[in-house]
Amino acid sequence: MNPSAQKTLSVKTLQINGKDVSAREDQTILDVARENGVFIPTLCNLDGLTPVGACRLCLVEVKGSRRLLPACITQVQDNMEVSTNTETLVKYRKMILELLFAERNHVCSVCVSNGHCELQAMAQKLGVDHIRYPYLYPKLAVDASHDRFAVDHNRCILCQRCVRVCDEIEGAHTWDVQGRGTASLVITDLNQPWGTSESCTSCGKCVQVCPTGTLFEKGRASGEMTKREFLPYLTLMREERV
Amino acid sequence: MGKQIVIDPVTRIEGHSKITIFLDDKGEVQDAQFHVTQFRGFEKFAEGRPFTEMPALTARTCGICPVSHLMAGAKACDALMAVQIPRTATHLRRIMNLAQIVQSHALSFFHLSSPDLLLGMDSDPAKRNIFGVLEQQPQMARDGVALRKFGQQIIEMLGGKRIHPAWVVAGGVAEPLTAEKREKIVAMIPDAMAIIQRTLDWYKDTFEQFRTEIRTFGNFPSMFMGLVTPHEEDEHNALLEHYDGVLRFVDASGNIVLDNVDPTRYLDHIAEAVEPFSYLKSPYFKSLGYPNGIYRVGPLARLNIIDRPGTPKADQEWTEFRALRRGVLLSSFHQHYARLVEILYGIEKIEQLLNEPDILSKHVRAFAKPNKHEGVGVSEAPRGTLMHHYKIDDNGLITWVNMIIATGHNNLAMNRGVAQVAKHYVKGSKLKEGALNRVEALIRCFDPCLSCSTHALGQMPMRIELLGPGNELLDHVQRA
Repeated sequence: MNPSAQKTLSVKTLQINGKDVSAREDQTILDVARENGVFIPTLCNLDGLTPVGACRLCLVEVKGSRRLLPACITQVQDNMEVSTNTETLVKYRKMILELLFAERNHVCSVCVSNGHCELQAMAQKLGVDHIRYPYLYPKLAVDASHDRFAVDHNRCILCQRCVRVCDEIEGAHTWDVQGRGTASLVITDLNQPWGTSESCTSCGKCVQVCPTGTLFEKGRASGEMTKREFLPYLTLMREERV
Repeated sequence: MGKQIVIDPVTRIEGHSKITIFLDDKGEVQDAQFHVTQFRGFEKFAEGRPFTEMPALTARTCGICPVSHLMAGAKACDALMAVQIPRTATHLRRIMNLAQIVQSHALSFFHLSSPDLLLGMDSDPAKRNIFGVLEQQPQMARDGVALRKFGQQIIEMLGGKRIHPAWVVAGGVAEPLTAEKREKIVAMIPDAMAIIQRTLDWYKDTFEQFRTEIRTFGNFPSMFMGLVTPHEEDEHNALLEHYDGVLRFVDASGNIVLDNVDPTRYLDHIAEAVEPFSYLKSPYFKSLGYPNGIYRVGPLARLNIIDRPGTPKADQEWTEFRALRRGVLLSSFHQHYARLVEILYGIEKIEQLLNEPDILSKHVRAFAKPNKHEGVGVSEAPRGTLMHHYKIDDNGLITWVNMIIATGHNNLAMNRGVAQVAKHYVKGSKLKEGALNRVEALIRCFDPCLSCSTHALGQMPMRIELLGPGNELLDHVQRA
């Protein structure tokens, strides 16, 4: 159970897009925005996993702050004035998505997740109709050594959902990240082929939470990799059991 | 060194190409070359990909024939999995493949070639297009559109979309056919049948006018190759086959050279040569060597190698078609006629398949891990025999790909055909419009798909150049 729920929480009042809202002190801007029906785009965020602020899509403007702040990891404060949809933010969000596309080799037409991809859906929603940056075309291999699953780094946006779900929910911590910047890669165990990993329990949670076609079940053809939303039930059941 | 004429771009074809005509010192046509000017590289960039991605990936070779590549690609994947796919899946794949052949043949005949046939080879080029046809014979233009729609709608109903449906997968198809969709397709058949019969009647009254073109359009002895139904018990009962079956090679006199060849053994009989003037490789029949091992594939070849199509109406039309000449038909001009007969066959066969008792079965896919390191898939695309050949590693990742596309098989024949037409129609160092159009029309007879055949990066439509004795450019025509 969330330990903070046991003590009394003070209520904060703030403004989102000029509208007065109230929140518990342990909530993030993203939590409050969603409660109040305000859309803030996210990719790395997933209910049930610790937020990490990796994708930067949820950046918002807060009056008095010179930096843009990631809504998923910024806690509410009294009298905050938050803007979620300014011209600057719209511009930066599109830019972030374009850079994600330019960084790896995202070929939607043949991807297992075509039509069920969160990156693709977000690009459509935010109106990304072309990429202004030169593609890097990194030469990345597919690791299909696991009996049931494969990882195609060409489609990875480094959201780290796989790393978090494996660590926090399954408790195996098979996945981690190596390298820095655009050269980062998700790896299994000590950067060895997935099929040789000792810690992997083959539970498939990482595959289910992957927002793109990076992690997929082998044998799936183009557009066939649909995912189940198991995480909310799983976290709920665990909370009730405590 | 003689002169050269260059036609660049060649119009009303799928893809980008040019033609060079070489003149000798007397200004007579000495030779001609058909250059395919695009390069792509599918065989290379498929390396390292999971094999299950191959049908969808290779389908991107072409926006006209994605279905054909889906068939050959999925068949190669079935072979890698070493499974026999459910009977219903085979029927459904066949229906989609035939729908593809009907729509592509309709495009070739009505949209690309009927302007030449209806308005004349020498007519005003500004009007010599589908809009000119619409003006002069609106019914025919509408028929062309309707027939294409017939094929495309079947593809869409089965696969969810018209272009690049992801429905054909390794092991079968992704979704079964519903009773409702079956009814819809059945209801479209009578109209399609009426159109093709009307068009066949018109064509049979018309094509006699093109006696000179028939004589000079790629009219030369060559071998013919294609798939036929397996017929080991009865060698006189090889039927038309577009999806599966065995390879048959027939020579210019109609004699069977090779029969009941397992398509996966294609490399025993076919090799590929490379010429510096074209990105399109030149496959040839091994035992005759290069360049003598010239053979043709496609509608004409298919009708030349079979003993009968195998559906009642097409059987009749085929008999009439083959009666045009003793033995096999050699003129590539007859590809137009052959296409119409195949459309008729396709519509009849689709109807037959829809009446199969298990066509609505829900069991349409076999699941397996890869069980073999090598797989070959061969099917008939509208333009001829299509071969996909994959090798994979232990994890199912592609290590090697070879694709031979129908237009590739026809490369040597197209080159020889261009030379033949040029020799007959091109006189002196100036290019006359009607002559040029005939050179292009010869290429259109083959309905080449250059994007597919080079699996290439495309950019340039076709051009014809006329080069003089010192290789200087005397004249050229370019149509963008």
